[in-house]
Amino acid sequence: MPFKTLTIIILFTGALYILISCMQGHEKETARDLPKKVSYNFTIRPILSDKCYKCHGPDASHREAHLRLDIADSVYAPLKVTKGAFALVPGKPDQSEVYKRISSADQTYLMPPPDSHLGLLTDYEKQAIKKWIEQGAKYEKHWAFSLPVKATLPTIVNKAWPKNEIDYFVLHRIEQEGLTPNEQADKERLLKRASLDITGLPPTLEMMDQFLADNQANAYEKIVDQLLLTDQYGEKMALHWLDVARYADSYGYQDDNIRTQWPWRDWVIHAFNKNMPYDQFLTWQIAGDMLPNATKEQILATAFFRNHKYTEEGGVVPEEYRIEYLIDKTKTYGKGILGLSVECAQCHDHKYDPFKQKDYYSLLAFFNNTKEVGYEGDVSISKAAKNPILYIDSNDRKNILSYIHQKDTSAIMVSVMGERDTLRKTFVLNRGRYDAPGLEVQAGALPAVKKFDTTKYARNRLGLAQWTVSKDNPLTARVFVNQLWQEIFGKGIVKSAGDFGMQGDLPTNPELLDWLAVDFMEHGWDIKRLMKQIMLSATYRQSAIATPEKLSRDPENTYLARGPRNRLQAEIIRDLVLASSGLLVKTIGGPSMKPYQPQGLWESATSGRGLLATYIQNHGDSLYRRGMYTFIKLTVPPPSMVMFDASNRDQCEVRRLKTNTPLQALIMMNDPTVLEASRVLAENISVEKISASDKIIKVFRLIVCRKPTAGEMKKLEGYYNDQLQEFTQKKLSAEKTMEKGEFAKGKNENLNTVAALMKVINLLYNLEETIVKT
Amino acid sequence: MEKEIIDHYLHINRRRFLSRVSLGLGSVALGSLLIPDLFKGNMEESVMTGLPHFAPRAKRIIYLFQNGAPSQLDLFDYKPLLQKMQGEELPASIRQGQRLTGMTADQAKFPLAGTAFKFDQYGQSRAWLSELLPYTSRVVDDLCFIKSMYTEAINHDPALTFFQTGAQQGNRPSMGSWLSYGLGSENKNLPSFCVLLSKGKGNGQGVYSKLWSNGFLDSIYQGVQFSSGENPVLYLNDPESMSRQDRRKMIDKIAELNDVSLKEFGDPEISTKIQQYEMAYRMQTVVPEITDMSKEPEDTVKLYGPECLVPGTFAANCLLARKLSENGVRFVQLYHQGWDGHGNLPVEIRGQCKDADQASAALITDLKQRGLLDETLVIWGGEFGRTNYCQGALSRDNYGRDHHPRCFTIWMAGGGVRPGVYGETDDFGYNITKNPVHVHDLHATVLYLMGLDHEKLTFKNQGRRYRLTDVAGKVVNGLIA
Repeated sequence: MPFKTLTIIILFTGALYILISCMQGHEKETARDLPKKVSYNFTIRPILSDKCYKCHGPDASHREAHLRLDIADSVYAPLKVTKGAFALVPGKPDQSEVYKRISSADQTYLMPPPDSHLGLLTDYEKQAIKKWIEQGAKYEKHWAFSLPVKATLPTIVNKAWPKNEIDYFVLHRIEQEGLTPNEQADKERLLKRASLDITGLPPTLEMMDQFLADNQANAYEKIVDQLLLTDQYGEKMALHWLDVARYADSYGYQDDNIRTQWPWRDWVIHAFNKNMPYDQFLTWQIAGDMLPNATKEQILATAFFRNHKYTEEGGVVPEEYRIEYLIDKTKTYGKGILGLSVECAQCHDHKYDPFKQKDYYSLLAFFNNTKEVGYEGDVSISKAAKNPILYIDSNDRKNILSYIHQKDTSAIMVSVMGERDTLRKTFVLNRGRYDAPGLEVQAGALPAVKKFDTTKYARNRLGLAQWTVSKDNPLTARVFVNQLWQEIFGKGIVKSAGDFGMQGDLPTNPELLDWLAVDFMEHGWDIKRLMKQIMLSATYRQSAIATPEKLSRDPENTYLARGPRNRLQAEIIRDLVLASSGLLVKTIGGPSMKPYQPQGLWESATSGRGLLATYIQNHGDSLYRRGMYTFIKLTVPPPSMVMFDASNRDQCEVRRLKTNTPLQALIMMNDPTVLEASRVLAENISVEKISASDKIIKVFRLIVCRKPTAGEMKKLEGYYNDQLQEFTQKKLSAEKTMEKGEFAKGKNENLNTVAALMKVINLLYNLEETIVKT
Repeated sequence: MEKEIIDHYLHINRRRFLSRVSLGLGSVALGSLLIPDLFKGNMEESVMTGLPHFAPRAKRIIYLFQNGAPSQLDLFDYKPLLQKMQGEELPASIRQGQRLTGMTADQAKFPLAGTAFKFDQYGQSRAWLSELLPYTSRVVDDLCFIKSMYTEAINHDPALTFFQTGAQQGNRPSMGSWLSYGLGSENKNLPSFCVLLSKGKGNGQGVYSKLWSNGFLDSIYQGVQFSSGENPVLYLNDPESMSRQDRRKMIDKIAELNDVSLKEFGDPEISTKIQQYEMAYRMQTVVPEITDMSKEPEDTVKLYGPECLVPGTFAANCLLARKLSENGVRFVQLYHQGWDGHGNLPVEIRGQCKDADQASAALITDLKQRGLLDETLVIWGGEFGRTNYCQGALSRDNYGRDHHPRCFTIWMAGGGVRPGVYGETDDFGYNITKNPVHVHDLHATVLYLMGLDHEKLTFKNQGRRYRLTDVAGKVVNGLIA
């Protein structure tokens, strides 16, 4: 009998499965009908780039059969190898070798060749190429290398919805997909989201009450303005830029000794807070030292290019490392500022993008004229900075660099950029090797992006800076706007924020991206304005509720028919815990801090040399600083940060991964910082003369940033009472439970109630919603 | 749809299901049928299909990395000519312009230094081994010595990084991350890639967590460092004041409340979060069981040596590696520091071998006794070799050796490896004369033994498909049984 039941289940499940697969298959077909007009840029090029360019692309050294398919030049001409044949015959797929080969059943004739591991084209892809050829097989310039233009606002049906221009573009896309946008999120959740996006901190109770009580139409705008004026805005904005700039507090290689780059980090916070326009922000960082009568602040900004790792390993070949640092600078510039994978052209012409190896070394040449050397000696003579060095003395800190805080009066050293008097020659390095110089090149920026006009720009870093922020550079504004969008929505309009090239993702809403980029430049590269624009959009304000229909139609929220719902970044999780418990010390900047860390981590992975061989934890206020001030030792980055996907700062990073792992659960349950925050908050709330339920409501509001529902309260009160009983009956020890952290103990009378509240708080920190912008 | 069914099942039957899982490891098999692999992240579609690529010869790897680079000339690669020519200059015809590290580049002379140790031949392969390795000499018949390894880097940091990630610089995934990515874990309660660190008494070079980094892969593939302290895995232990029952209660309450959010928002991340707390709970049960050495039988302790009861020693890590591996951890990576013999080498290497020899051999014996050696690949070796000439002052019984990338010896055992001696070097022990094996070739071969085609195990990042072997590497058939 059981056997029979099992058989029935299997049969039923099987049938269900088949049914479902059929349904899915059908859905897939209709959802992916070919567009009426097949776009080269948006449909064909991604296929060619992924499957064909490896052998028929820009890289001349790996080109097969003298055929390149990435540009129109030779595709319509007779083929050189297959006589009498043509790669593409506009209008005639059956005569086009491209179509014939991708659709062939003959393994020896088929493209891509089965042994290339590129995989075959799908039916959809084959049909798309066929239709494109039928429609004339026309090439277009890569979208990201064409200048963005501000399109007129699209026509939409639901005219009442938009709050600003962003919404027209988004709604148009939503309506095209046959979806409807979500309602505005409830006030509490909207405030939490906005507060965390703008300042990286949860809203205070006062702010919540103020916003809930304000029924004026512009209540939300007022609160956004208020948040944008806080000093914490600069900290939050800086966090992403520190990833781009691979900021860290140590040298990174082998002995991994301490360095001082934090004054640059503080400059970044300062620059965001005083709303420095993005073009100026970049110019100073790329070439601040070369500006006429450069100030110390402008020179300090160039530390951006000196945050890379620096070796102190005895016995290295200095030139090998000097080149390595140049490669790192070039990559950071390419990926972080232009959104391009230029590093792929280090050893050969780029296989997908129109960058020659020569172009790569011309770009690298801009950085090749600094006074930097590859090696200044081993860890025994280590200094806090490497040449060229900017010295910041107490006088500077009183005047122009007043935002740099140092407790004593000693001078601070920072590694910065500085030009040599004579020009150092730059060569193409064969296979990217430091000891294999080839052709000499001159400094010049990527011609495929925008011509480097030497009548306008000097062949030096200042020229590069001007070229970069010129309004007819098609990438700079787009890339930054996209990064900012990504930080807020969790995903860029171009998902591959670091790769706007041929292999990158296409923009999900190209008109929106371009409109934002042009608007940004037209308004003086004003970052706060852009930020406010996004925050005030109806798109942003939507609730994050994902109905099963929306979830199945748009699982990744590509069309933005619902609000963003993203887990907080590692540093911000710490900030939320500290801020909600009242422990946060809001000091801005200064040397990085060493808070609680599991024992033995640095010690087990060190050579034993240098100042960072052992972890010497800080005490007092230093334990309660924001996550961005946690000391980053590159070879052993702070574990609780890395487990929550913080950048390890080894190299330029523009997009963090978002994982959901059991190790994260362990951190939230057992990290001493979380336990201490739970204890201190419980102690502080316990002295208030309010009922146990009101205490729970209050801590819930502080931590989850909204009032609990009746159902939630019932569960929490149940847990509280259960725990209280355990403590009262001495099944659990209140004293032991509360022995957490170095923060001074409270003067509480009934420890059992405090401990029970502490357990509730600890539980609240472990809720999914707590560490998510909902 | 399949996932929905699973989610549904999880919700309806969560309590019943959990009560079964909490019975212990025995019921885990049931769990793995129901829960998608929680230690699995995003995969490229093309990679996911058809894995493994071939029938695997090994299921798991234990890599005994000897950090700092042991001297092949004092352990494995016996060169009597060096003793004969003791103190004579290294001929330029042999050096062939090999670049040197900054530590010896300025030396006026490069006097050859013969080993101070006695060598003998062992086993069927008649492999030469130094007197420093008495225990290893007894398991020679299980070992495959590759005497012709070579690398490109000449300094520790890039060489280590190269060995672990296939690239000298940069944020690439570690070998263990690639394997977890390709093959996942065999045990749903443990990470698929675990890292154990130990230090010998010799000149040490640090290790770096970037060596077990996931690079651009999901952080789920990151190596999880086990430490010898109270917490074998970071943040694993609950506060002392908390009982298991108490933790269970809290996790249940968290799940109830998260479930409310799930119903409101429908975000699948919320149900993943619920599952991850369950997984964390199970790890809290299983990991202490595995790391507890107190119940090891006497003959095991005898086999690995008494040090295996001292947490954080190489011997303890070898034993722990066996236990983790036995429980299905795909890749156990050990790093043993202290082999960087620039000076006073004979004294230092003796100490290093005392720490490493017995436990390494014990691991082979232990695996074999348990019938696990066939499916476990063990690798032993450093990041490069050491020079045949002396660094610093040379005397009859004291010398130092600089870094040497052109040839060195590592050994492998078990998991489809052909025991014996592979490759040869010249009489000076300076250049390879037969069957060179590049680091990329070793990687390709290791992946092959695990059933993976090194050209197909790729991940697309920044527009390019990356692989462990970068753009090179070939499977070395001569190493395969």
